[in-house]
Amino acid sequence: MSKKKKNIINICLLAALFVVLFVLEQTLSGGSMLLTVLKKGAIYALIACSMNLLNGFTGLFSLGQAGFMLLGAYTYAIFTIPVEARADVYQYFDGGIIQFTLPVIVAIILAGIVAALFASLIGMPVLRLKSDYLAIATLGFAEIIRAFMMFEGLGPITNGSNLLKKFPTFSTILFPFAVAGVCIALIVMLINSSYGRAFKAIRDDEVAAEAMGVNLFKHKQTAFVISSFFAGIGGALLAMYQSTVQANAFKSAMTYEILLIVVIGGIGSITGSILASFLYIASSEWWLRFLDETAFIGSFQVPLLRSGFRMVVFSIIIMVIVLFYRQGIMGTREYSLDALLRFFKNLPAKIKSIGKKKKGEDAAASEEVQ
Amino acid sequence: MSLIEVRDMKVRYGGIEALKGVSFDVEEGSIVTLIGANGAGKSTTLKTIAGLVKPVEGTITYNGEDITGLEPQKLVSKGIVLVPEGRRVFGNLSVYENLRIGAYLIKDKAQIEAQLEHVYDLFPRLKERSWQLAGTLSGGEQQMLAVGRALMAQPKVIMMDEPSLGLAPIIVRGIFDIIKKINEEGTTVLLIEQNANAALRVAHHGYVMETGNVTMEGTGQALLNDTRVREAYLGKAK
Repeated sequence: MSKKKKNIINICLLAALFVVLFVLEQTLSGGSMLLTVLKKGAIYALIACSMNLLNGFTGLFSLGQAGFMLLGAYTYAIFTIPVEARADVYQYFDGGIIQFTLPVIVAIILAGIVAALFASLIGMPVLRLKSDYLAIATLGFAEIIRAFMMFEGLGPITNGSNLLKKFPTFSTILFPFAVAGVCIALIVMLINSSYGRAFKAIRDDEVAAEAMGVNLFKHKQTAFVISSFFAGIGGALLAMYQSTVQANAFKSAMTYEILLIVVIGGIGSITGSILASFLYIASSEWWLRFLDETAFIGSFQVPLLRSGFRMVVFSIIIMVIVLFYRQGIMGTREYSLDALLRFFKNLPAKIKSIGKKKKGEDAAASEEVQ
Repeated sequence: MSLIEVRDMKVRYGGIEALKGVSFDVEEGSIVTLIGANGAGKSTTLKTIAGLVKPVEGTITYNGEDITGLEPQKLVSKGIVLVPEGRRVFGNLSVYENLRIGAYLIKDKAQIEAQLEHVYDLFPRLKERSWQLAGTLSGGEQQMLAVGRALMAQPKVIMMDEPSLGLAPIIVRGIFDIIKKINEEGTTVLLIEQNANAALRVAHHGYVMETGNVTMEGTGQALLNDTRVREAYLGKAK
């Protein structure tokens, strides 16, 4: 298949996805679980990709993602609350000091820029650290940002520890998909550029990369700032999705959630991060919800099922993945049309072989019994 | 004037003095080798010239220009490239990507393509395996890749740190043939080796290092025939 033909098919697939999304939105009711999962999944896909750029492609183990998302979410919320709603939102701070609003798209980009700005400031001292020390420092930064945003003295801007609300939210499900899609495309382009190659070289061997003329600090800083930029945009989208924002929700648990997605998808695979995001969100919001609810079979109460059990199951899943399936879903492989076609071509054979294997095992087992 | 002149170079790791005032010259177009036992300071010398380690004292001049303590990327763009010890290829990148990293500071696409062709001519094996991950290559192939990657930067001086380390004898011979070939094409080679015999055979000039000092120098042939060198490094008593 020629490259041009492949491109056309890929674009058609992408268009088909948007048509399907549009149809789903028109036919399903607003409270539909599927729509919720798709929206949140798209946002998490962007954030997971931004984290993968840093952790998977540049080899910088950073745990500051929640902090940058918080900065993005707050920047977006603060600058888009309509002027007439400000008196109500900032009721304890006389309507706040910011008395103008920005268009949604401008505010989203600004959210990314603010996150990137903070990243470039803390990057200077923090990126000199390696592995675990970097993780601890970035985690600490995220916690400081969270505490700082709730500081009463900043109330006229951040509304202290109170909710920010009444800012514009998604009018259509296509919006988060479009923004996340564009951002992920930019990340992919970066990874495939000579910059991306240098990132991967740094990940594989810092000393050799330096000996080849790759400026370590500059490239680490670039990766860090760009990753934070997209985390900030992801934060803004998350604010739109939630329709209210409060700093206290951006705990380190949120970073771990994203780290979990990156690990499940495959460290160093953008495709993996995207797949794992939808899978994770679907599981946690929808398919595994029942684990948190007490259930009865007749009058018998099913043991273990209660609030919080879901997280136990997730912990077990991550342990199983880390122990037996370290590559995650995709390893370091990426989506390609050829691979997709091959996958579907081999699927019937695979299912057959699994069926056969089972039959074979059954037969062997029954022989043993005899 | 020599291409590289090192004068009184001193390097400390914490409190330990690894180089205690090393001086030597590298003539343009020659193969120069530093031989010596483990811990003599050979690797440190190369790393210092490459800018990976900063000297506390002394000067390094290149083409008459003081390059002491410059950043590695500046030195690479001036044409001084290091093939690090133990190959250190980028294991999760393909052979092709590894080579492209070598040409990282070259912006001209046509130049990169030409250099890529040149490296593939020198190492046909790399061309065959250009899409294979470098981590899956054999030791000899990885060494070829490490040399090829350094050549991608179009160096004037290529510094090799123990290129024969851990390789089978037949492959070692191949590596030394390549070193000669690179040199015949006009690249100056600064080589350090434990395999003193092979290194002195290809070298125009050699220096013997002992615990942070240069103790002897001479042409490759002269050092090969020197009794002290023979006893200490070549394992052949008279």
